[in-house]
Amino acid sequence: MSDFFSSGWSIFIALTTIGGLVACLVLLLFASRRKPMADDNSTGHVFDEDLVEMNNPLPLWWVVLFVLTVLLSFAYVYAFPGLGASPGTLGWTSRGELEADQAKVAASMAKVYAEYTQQPAEALSRDAGAMAIGQRLFINNCATCHGSDARGSKGFPNLTDGDWLHGGTPEKIEETITLGRTGVMPPMAAAVGSTSDVRDVANYVMSLSGDPHNPIAAAAGRKKFVACAACHGADGKGNPAIGAPNLADKVWLHGWGEAAIVDMIDHGKTNVMPAQAGRLTAAQIHLLASYVWSLSQSRQTAAR
Amino acid sequence: MNQVIPIVADEATAPLQSLYVSEAKIQPRSVSGWFATWRWLLVWFTQVLFYGLPWLSWNGRQAVLLDLAARRFYIFGMVLHPQDVIFLAMLLILSAFALFLFTTVAGRLWCGYACPQTVYTEIFMWVERRFEGDRQARIKLDSAPWSLPKLARRGGKQAVWLAIGLWTGFTFVAYFTPARSLAAEVASLTLGPWESFWILFYGFATYGNAGYMREQVCKYMCPYARFQSAMFDRDTLVISYDAKRGEPRGSRRRGVDAASVGKGDCIDCTLCVQVCPTGIDIRNGLQYECIGCAACIDACDAVMDKMQSPRGLIRYATQNGMDGTWSRKQMWMRVLRPRVLVYSLVLVALAAAFVASLALRAPFKADIVRDRGALARLVEGGRIENVYRVQLMNGTERTQRFHISVEGLDGASLSQWSDVDLAPTEARWVPLAVQLPPQAAAALGAGAHPLRFRIALLADAASHAADDDLAQAERREKSTFVIPR
Repeated sequence: MSDFFSSGWSIFIALTTIGGLVACLVLLLFASRRKPMADDNSTGHVFDEDLVEMNNPLPLWWVVLFVLTVLLSFAYVYAFPGLGASPGTLGWTSRGELEADQAKVAASMAKVYAEYTQQPAEALSRDAGAMAIGQRLFINNCATCHGSDARGSKGFPNLTDGDWLHGGTPEKIEETITLGRTGVMPPMAAAVGSTSDVRDVANYVMSLSGDPHNPIAAAAGRKKFVACAACHGADGKGNPAIGAPNLADKVWLHGWGEAAIVDMIDHGKTNVMPAQAGRLTAAQIHLLASYVWSLSQSRQTAAR
Repeated sequence: MNQVIPIVADEATAPLQSLYVSEAKIQPRSVSGWFATWRWLLVWFTQVLFYGLPWLSWNGRQAVLLDLAARRFYIFGMVLHPQDVIFLAMLLILSAFALFLFTTVAGRLWCGYACPQTVYTEIFMWVERRFEGDRQARIKLDSAPWSLPKLARRGGKQAVWLAIGLWTGFTFVAYFTPARSLAAEVASLTLGPWESFWILFYGFATYGNAGYMREQVCKYMCPYARFQSAMFDRDTLVISYDAKRGEPRGSRRRGVDAASVGKGDCIDCTLCVQVCPTGIDIRNGLQYECIGCAACIDACDAVMDKMQSPRGLIRYATQNGMDGTWSRKQMWMRVLRPRVLVYSLVLVALAAAFVASLALRAPFKADIVRDRGALARLVEGGRIENVYRVQLMNGTERTQRFHISVEGLDGASLSQWSDVDLAPTEARWVPLAVQLPPQAAAALGAGAHPLRFRIALLADAASHAADDDLAQAERREKSTFVIPR
């Protein structure tokens, strides 16, 4: 009721509620008074010449039930929020009930997760039950961006290829899920130089991974790459400590080719992995991280 | 319309009456006969079924078990998922049509013989008779002051009633929790809160409805009585009193011909009123309270036998037949009127469709859902990949192995597919990716293109994708493949 400036509406609603309940009781009592009846068990009312209203009384238990519902309503508005802004004596709120329900579910789920929290990812990845839970968690929470098969798409990293921006150990993955990550590539055009300088650097970057490139431009770009080396390293192999991608592999998260790389140097990019700590419990994140880690492991095994 | 409606009748002559009354207790007299026997047969049939089914085993589990927690419904050899709720809807439609048909033919057959309210009331009244005697004895006992014998009779009756109620509640819950483990829980007093609640609630409802509410449920709660007139017509068989033959009613000596003393066949013994579970007098004609139990027919037939008069003063007859305009043969011919034939036809067609759809039910379900987050992605070699999820549901109690392939889109293939095994009754999401080579994608052009997934249930868990010919069942699910601009 905080939508209103004065408590007038609250009082109005409280009075209307109580008035309605009292009116129900009065009506019931009034209607139950003994009435004189004609000898033929009719009420004496005649409509349309020959339609007679008969007295077919309600059973008493029915009326008692009716009175009980009215009394129950009084008890209800006393105990629960029902009279305008009154919170009721029980202090019940829908938010409180939701939280209690969530706590109950969390407590029941804690038993399921308990046996998994102490196990390392290596052990969990061999446990079919744990991996089934991990997959369900992944599909419900991660698949929206990373895809149901965890292989991502443009801008959303592939989690199965063993190429990690922030490190691929189970602990690092757990950290990424818990706290989230923000990857920032600043616009570097000014630092690199002219438009042709930027194109040269792009060709040099393509040469790092052995992709088709213009060798002359790449040779010119090599010197300008100094501006990039602070984060991506002199050899362009990146730095997982600050989330700088490896430019020397075949993984192109934000698009392959000269145009895409030039665009990235010119405009930069801020890419966010949101923190899941508030949405998932530590036990869930542990299982999820183990599942994600296992995806990259099987991929590497298969590649060998 | 200028007529003045008198609001209050003449105060001097009109008796004072409350608009609410406490119901007079009805103590029906026990009855035996052809129809009572039928009712008892149906009591035995329905209750042996109800109480017995939870104890029946099938393939190492309870034969009929509605596992709400796991959302699996086991009915003998069948396992139903929540997605099969259509069968429940069909069953309800079937029941409704059966009710329409029976009501049109012979009125409230359901109420009189098979309704749980009637069945449990019958059982509870039988217990009551064992402890307190028949109608006269019970009326006497009601008015008698409290004494040890009365306490013993009442106490015994209550104990047996409560026991039946609790057993009924237990049986009800045993359809949802396996009966044997439920019995163990009861024995060790380790029932869960919901199990305890439903056993007590269902038990109490049985005790209250069959012991106390009885005919009031039919009169005040059940909507059936209120819409029965919509299903009745002049050719519906209802329990009727033959007023032409019976009136003027009055007593006479046994063997005396009624006509010779200027009376009808009804000797006004009021037995038909005494046996009526809803306390009405059938001689006033069809009333909404009549549940069609035919107790009055049995009672009257017995009396007519004693009076050496022909049976059937009260009988199942149609309004047309009773008016005397039609012969008995004509009346029975009219039972097969168009309305009945149409109901029967619809009922038979629905029943056939129901049985056929159950029998031909696929042993698994599959549902394809496109990933919504990313429509498409480029992978190695410029191939375009779309990601899908397939939900597979095993509708049997055997392990199933599935092979999935795509068709309907040239060049499309599944990347990294390995056959999936599903444990008995398991439901699982399986991610899958479809790839299209760049040439094929260029030929098709950007946009969404239809494709189909073929989901094949392999013959057994040992078979491989290559044994596709051995697939024992297959489904095709439609979806789309997106080629980005």
